[in-house]
Amino acid sequence: MFNGPWARELARLPWGVIAVTALLAGFGMVILYSAGGGALQPWALKHGVRFGILGTMMLVLAQVRPSFWLRHAFLIYGVLVVALLGVEIKGQVGGGSQRWLDLGFIQLQPSELMKLGIVLAVARFYHYMPRGYETKPMALWPPLVLIAVPSALVMLQPDLGTATSIAVGGVAVMFLAGVRMWLFGGAALAMAAAAPFAWGLLHDYQKRRVMIFLDPSVDPRGAGYHITQSKIAIGSGGLSGKGFLEGTQSHLDYLPELQTDFIFATMAEEWGLLGGLAVMAGFTFILAWGTGVAMRAGTQFERLLAMGLVVTLFFYVAVNLMMVMGLAPVVGIPLPLVSWGGSAMMTVCILLGLIMGIHRERTLGEG
Amino acid sequence: MNIGPPREARFSRRALLLGGGMGLVGTTLAGRMAWLALFEGDRYAAAAERNRIRDRLVPPRRGWIVDRTGKPLAVNRPDYRLELIPKDVEDLDAALARIAQVLPIGLEDELRIRADLAIQPSWMPVEVARDLDWPAYAALNVQVADVPGLQPVRVFSRHYPDGEPFAHLLGYVGPPSPEQYEKEKDPLLIFPGFRIGKDGIERHEDKVLRGRPGSTREEVTARGQVIRELGQTPDQPGATLRLTIDRDLQSYAARRLGDNSASVIVIDCVTGDLLTMVSMPAFDPNVFSTRVPTSLWKALQVDDHTPLLNKSAMGVYPPGSTFKMVTMLAALEAGIPPDASVNCSGRYPMGGNVWHCHARRGHGRVTMATALPKSCDTWFYHFGRQIGIERIADMARRLGLGQEFDLPLPGQASGLVPDNDWKQRRYDKPWNVAETLNCSIGQGYLIANPLQLGVMTARIASGLIVQPRLLLPQAGDAAPVFPALGIDPEHLAMVRQGMFDVVNSGIGTARGARTGLPGVEVCGKTGTAQVRRISKAERRSGVLRNEALAWKFRDHALFVAYAPAAAPRYAVSVIIEHGIAGGRYAAPIARDVLSFLYDRDRAMKALEPVERALAAKRRAESQAQVAEARAAEEARLMPAWLRADAPPARPPVNTGDTPQPPRDVI
Repeated sequence: MFNGPWARELARLPWGVIAVTALLAGFGMVILYSAGGGALQPWALKHGVRFGILGTMMLVLAQVRPSFWLRHAFLIYGVLVVALLGVEIKGQVGGGSQRWLDLGFIQLQPSELMKLGIVLAVARFYHYMPRGYETKPMALWPPLVLIAVPSALVMLQPDLGTATSIAVGGVAVMFLAGVRMWLFGGAALAMAAAAPFAWGLLHDYQKRRVMIFLDPSVDPRGAGYHITQSKIAIGSGGLSGKGFLEGTQSHLDYLPELQTDFIFATMAEEWGLLGGLAVMAGFTFILAWGTGVAMRAGTQFERLLAMGLVVTLFFYVAVNLMMVMGLAPVVGIPLPLVSWGGSAMMTVCILLGLIMGIHRERTLGEG
Repeated sequence: MNIGPPREARFSRRALLLGGGMGLVGTTLAGRMAWLALFEGDRYAAAAERNRIRDRLVPPRRGWIVDRTGKPLAVNRPDYRLELIPKDVEDLDAALARIAQVLPIGLEDELRIRADLAIQPSWMPVEVARDLDWPAYAALNVQVADVPGLQPVRVFSRHYPDGEPFAHLLGYVGPPSPEQYEKEKDPLLIFPGFRIGKDGIERHEDKVLRGRPGSTREEVTARGQVIRELGQTPDQPGATLRLTIDRDLQSYAARRLGDNSASVIVIDCVTGDLLTMVSMPAFDPNVFSTRVPTSLWKALQVDDHTPLLNKSAMGVYPPGSTFKMVTMLAALEAGIPPDASVNCSGRYPMGGNVWHCHARRGHGRVTMATALPKSCDTWFYHFGRQIGIERIADMARRLGLGQEFDLPLPGQASGLVPDNDWKQRRYDKPWNVAETLNCSIGQGYLIANPLQLGVMTARIASGLIVQPRLLLPQAGDAAPVFPALGIDPEHLAMVRQGMFDVVNSGIGTARGARTGLPGVEVCGKTGTAQVRRISKAERRSGVLRNEALAWKFRDHALFVAYAPAAAPRYAVSVIIEHGIAGGRYAAPIARDVLSFLYDRDRAMKALEPVERALAAKRRAESQAQVAEARAAEEARLMPAWLRADAPPARPPVNTGDTPQPPRDVI
C-alpha cells in the first residue's frame, strides 16, 4: 500500500506550496468569520468547504501531464472564446451586462477561466515557433489577435479589470518567449498616445472610478467612499491591528464589499501591518516557487506556461492590494484564495494545479 | 541570421527581469502598507473613530422668563414629536406609509409635509407630528426607528401661561431660518424641534436664553444605527431671565383695555423698572410658537387694530396735549415769568391763518397755573411762539422724546422731535413759525411712542434722568442712581402743581383719574391728538363730534400720569388709538392701573362693568354675524324675482370699542 502509485504521487507533490496555499485559504476563513460578525455563516464555513473541494481538484489537476495541455491548448481557448461570445449574446438578448453562463450544474464565468486560457494559447503558439522568428511581423500578429479577441469581449461586458488581466497574461508570455524588447517599449508609447482615445471608450462609471482614484475627495460619500474607507481601515489597524473581531470599520458597515474586494482591508484592520505582511509573504512564497518551477521546466511550453501563470497570479494579487491601498482605481478584482467568491478561487486552484503539473513533470524525469 | 542566445537562457533572463519587477511592486506594496499603518496610522485611527463615534446633540432647555416676583411668563413643556430629516429620507412615500401605520396622518398633514419638503433645504428637519402622547411616542420609537430620516424626538416646547398680554413684549419662538443656519453653522440650529426667539425679548436675549447643548457619544454603524452609548456631557440650560415686569399688573392692564387698540406703560420713577409694557390687541404667542394657520395670519395682518405691532415700543403718535409740560418747562427756562398770562378767545390768528383752542368760546384769562388744568391751547401757542422751536425741542429731548432706550427689545421707534436743522435736512426749507405753534401743543411733526411718554412723565415726576429697564438686576446690584435733569426745581414744582390740578381741581380735564384712595393722589395730563385736518368749512358748520366719525378718523386718546403726588413712585402712560378723548377714556384706565398697585380689590371691581360691556358687545357681534349669515343664506335661496327687493337684514351694532364706564364710577 505504501509503495503503491498513490503514495508515490503524494510524496512527489510540492507540500510546502500546498501548505502555504491552505494557510492563506484558512486565514481567509478566519477573516470571513470576523466579517460575518463572528460567525461561520454566511461566509467562513462555505469558504472552507469550497477550498476543500477546489484544493482537491488542484491536486488532481497536478497529475495531468503538460503535454495534455499542449495538445488541447487551442481547443480550450476556442471553447472559452465561444463561451464569452455566448455570454455576450445572452446579455444582448436578456438586456444588461452579463458575466455568467448558466450551464445548469454550474454558473460559469468564462472570463475568469480565460485568464488561464490566454496563457495556454500564447504559450502553445510560441512552443512551435522556431528560434529567431518571434519578432517577425508575420509571427507577431497571431498572438496579438489571440490576446485582442478575448480582451475585447470581456471589455464589452464591461469588466476592465479582467480584460486587463487577460491582456497582461498574454503579453507576459510574449515577452518571455523572446519578442524584442523595443517592441514593448514602442507598444507602451503607443498606448500612452492612444490613452485619450481609450478614455472616450470607457463607460461613465469607469471614468468616474478613475477620476475618483486620482482624487477620492471629489466624491467622499459615493464611489470615493470605498477607497477612503479602505485606507482608513488599513491605516487604523496600525502595526498589530485592533484585534480579532474588534474591527470597527468592517463590523459597523463602513467598509464596503468587506468580504470580497476589500477583504485585505478587513484583515488589516484587525491584524495590522503584521497580518498584511504575512499575507504578502504567503503569496511571495507561492510566486517564487512558481518562478523556480518555470526556470527548471524542460520545454518552452512548460516554461512559458508556468511563468505566464505566475504573472497572472501576481497581477491578481498586486492589483487587489493596490486597489485597497488607494494606489489603483477600484476595478473589482478579489484577493485570490482569501476573498469570498468561488469563481476566483477556482481559477487560482486550476492555475496552481497547472504549475504543480509542470513541477511533477520534472520529478518524473528524476524518478 | 542572428538568432540570439539559446531559448532557455533568454527565458531565464526575462523571467528574472519579470521576477525582479514583481519583487519591486511587492516591496512598494509592503512599503505603502507600512506607510499607511505606521506613519499615517494615527490619522486613520482618528478617522475610524470619527466614523464609529457620533456625538449626538442634546439640546439645552431654554431659560425661563419670569416677572419681578418670579412668576413664570415663559416656560418649557415636554413635547414628544416626530420629525423628518429630508436629506436622510430614501423613499418618502414608504416613510409616510410607515408613519401612517402608527399615527393617523391626514391628507392635510401630508400636504403640509410635502410643501415643507419642497421649499426647505434638505437638512432642515420637517415636523411630522407634535404633542404626541407617551404611548404613541413609544410606539414610534419601536416602529419607525429603522426608517432612515424619521426621528422621534423629545423636545421642550415653549409655553406662555398668560399668552396675549405678553405677546409683544416677550415675542415668541420658532424654528431657525435656513439663512440663520447658513450664517452660524451651529448644528444646534438644525436639531429637530429646536426653537429660537423670533421676536421681542425672546429674540433679543436669545443668546442668554439658549444655553449650551450637551452631547451623547454613541457608537453607530454606517447606516446610523446606534450600537451602544459611550458617554454623556450634560447640557447647560439657558439662564432664567427675570424681568422688571409685574405679571399681575400687566395682565390687569390688558384686561382693562378690553377691545381697544391701545398701549399702557407703567414705570417706576425711582428705579426705572418697567412694571407694565402692554400693547393690545395682540396674538397668542403659544400659537405663534408652533405654526400659525394661514387664515389666522391673514386675519391678524388685515386687522385695523394692528395686533402684530408692539405699539408700546413701535407705535408712534402725536403726543398732543401731553406734550404741554415740555412747552411749559421750556418757557419757564427761557425766562417767561411765572405770572405770565394770556387771554384766550378760542382763536389765535397769525399771518393769514387762525389757530383754534379746543374750547370754542375760549378760556378767558389763562395763567401759568391754569394753562395745564384747562389745557388751553392758546396759552401754548403764545408762549411757544415766543420761545421758539429750538428751546422746545431741546427740552423734549432732555425729557426722553425722540430717542431709543437701552432695552432688550428688537426694535424701538425713535419718534421725532423736529427742529430747524431737521426741517432743513428733511425738506430743505427753513422752519416756519406756524409749525412752532403746532409743536407747542404736541401736534405737527412731533411724534412719540408710549414708552417715551412714560419716561417723560417719570422724569418730570422725579426730576431725574430716569432710564427705563426691563431686566431686573441680580440681587446685590446697587440701585441705579440717575443724574438730575438740570431743570430748576421751582419750574418742576409749578408743572407738577399744574398736573395735580389737571386731576384734582375743579377745572381739570382729567377729574376721572382720581383714584379716591387716600394718599394716592394722581397727577396727570390728558391728550387728545387729532389725526385728521379740520377744514374751515367744518369749523363754520361746527366740528363733527368724534363719535360720529368712522373709527380711524377719531382722535387718539392719551393720558400720562404719576402717583402719589407727594412722593412720585409710579408713572403711567396710556394711549388709546382713536380713543376719542384723553380725559374721558384714557384717564380712567390710568387711574385703575394705578389703583391696582395700591388696592387690587378696588381695581378688580372697576373691571366688572368694563368686562360686562365687552361681553355684551361680543355677544351682539356674534349675533349680528349669525343674522347676516342667515340673511345671506335666505337671499340665496330666495327666487330671483324676489331677491332684488330684500336688502340683507343687519341690526345696528355699535362698532366702536369697549364702552368706558361713566366718569365718576369711583
